[in-house]
Amino acid sequence: MRISTLWYCIRQGFHSIRKNKLFSLASVGTMAICIFLFCIFYAMVTNVQFMVRNLENTVGVTVFFDEGISEEEIFAIGDVIGAREGVAGLNYISAEEAWETYQKDYFHEAPELAEGFAKDNPLANCASYEIYLEDLADQDAFVEYLKNVDGIRRVNYSKIAADGLSGINNLVGYVSMAIILILLAVAVFLISNTIAITISARKEEIRIMRMIGATNFLIRAPFVVEGLIIGAFGAGIPLTVVYYAYGYAVRFCLSRLSILSRILTLLPVGQVFRVLVPVSLGLGLGIGLFGSIFSIRKHLKA
Amino acid sequence: MIIFEHVSKTYDKATDRETKAVRDLNLKIEKGEFVFIVGNSGSGKTTLIRLLLKEIEATSGRIRVNGIDITKMKRKMVPRYRRHLGVVFQDFRLLKDKNVYENVAFAQRVVVTPTREIRKRVPEVLAMVGLSSKYKSMPNQLSGGEQQRVAIARALVNHPEILLADEPTGNMDPGNAWQIMKLLEEINQTGTTVVVVTHSKEIVDRMKKRVITMKRGEVVTDREESGYENED
Repeated sequence: MRISTLWYCIRQGFHSIRKNKLFSLASVGTMAICIFLFCIFYAMVTNVQFMVRNLENTVGVTVFFDEGISEEEIFAIGDVIGAREGVAGLNYISAEEAWETYQKDYFHEAPELAEGFAKDNPLANCASYEIYLEDLADQDAFVEYLKNVDGIRRVNYSKIAADGLSGINNLVGYVSMAIILILLAVAVFLISNTIAITISARKEEIRIMRMIGATNFLIRAPFVVEGLIIGAFGAGIPLTVVYYAYGYAVRFCLSRLSILSRILTLLPVGQVFRVLVPVSLGLGLGIGLFGSIFSIRKHLKA
Repeated sequence: MIIFEHVSKTYDKATDRETKAVRDLNLKIEKGEFVFIVGNSGSGKTTLIRLLLKEIEATSGRIRVNGIDITKMKRKMVPRYRRHLGVVFQDFRLLKDKNVYENVAFAQRVVVTPTREIRKRVPEVLAMVGLSSKYKSMPNQLSGGEQQRVAIARALVNHPEILLADEPTGNMDPGNAWQIMKLLEEINQTGTTVVVVTHSKEIVDRMKKRVITMKRGEVVTDREESGYENED
């Protein structure tokens, strides 16, 4: 293809947009809203997943060992468990540490009550491992495994917390996906309508072009360019808005909501936009391309 | 050279019953000829032009243009074929938002002619049709005759070998119509084959060219240096 042909197609694409300002603006606007919502949902989903993962890390399985088992044997069991796939980490709590924590939690207002146990640790057989999993959805199978390990007396875990967090994670993912798909379908419909209107407005011009001997490529390419331009603007505008808005939200959470920082921690702007920029631009250009081709096939038969 | 060999065209979409627009047509137009095709409405004149333009396909028969059988031509070859033809219509078909220069240049732009060539060629054809001074005018600022001259300039700008004119003087007063015909004659004298479909008896009688008369899709008379024949 000659440079002049490419240049002609690009110029015609911009010309069509200028000529049908209102429809083009409506398309860019709708596309921008769709991609804006996509960005918001994406930011929400990744952050909710990030927070849920953080929370998951605080929900663990605790195992207690048989009475009279030595600390070496406990460590050996710990090594086996730690080497197992899906285990994010494990934390050993000795009987002494368990008793200290217990005293802090329950006797901090009346420490004299704990003095009666000074020489006799009531939690002597309560050395334990807190085990954290990479994915809480695997918890049930993991608990079954632990129950069959020799030397383990008891396994404590919260089925509700695990199921709840996994459920939230999945629900947010599915709902967002459904909403995004609907919005994308709306965007394709609107953009193909805009191109159809442009084709209709340029009907006479296309008729003359055909009569003169313009190739199908030269007739169709400007509409594809128009779709791509609408797509690029439709993605670029919301990306810019979300970039600043998200940056503000991150700063706001850090400065004003630091008290909630254990659960409300937003991912940094760079990390979210590393995915969001190429995906949104790809979506915008893809919808523009798909919408225009769809419309051309329907209204501009060769 | 244009050759129609046993060409028929049947329309069957608009109505339930089939309409034969052209029936077993045999016709030969030599290179560089000036030919009038006359006949009443529905006689098949415009179908003949549309067949030549490959806007529609012949139901049967063969059409050869400059040695190429266009009935067997692949769709992707049609744009290149059309560049050998210039077409002028009764309703001018000018782009209303482009001035005279741009309307003519448009025909070169869409066949990807270099800008340098466009700048050279467009003033040439505008001079040929006598519109050099009006190159900046918009179509709605021109008379019917002037608009048709722009359409002719646009048809000529890509150096076509054949110029097809479908009722080119249909909307004009006799003075303007005659001037357009003289212009088409001048173009013909440069070697371009000119095929004019018309209703205008006065013009056909004055021009003294070959006249092909059609009736119900068939050629009823074909005479050299003739006038408008009354078919009835």
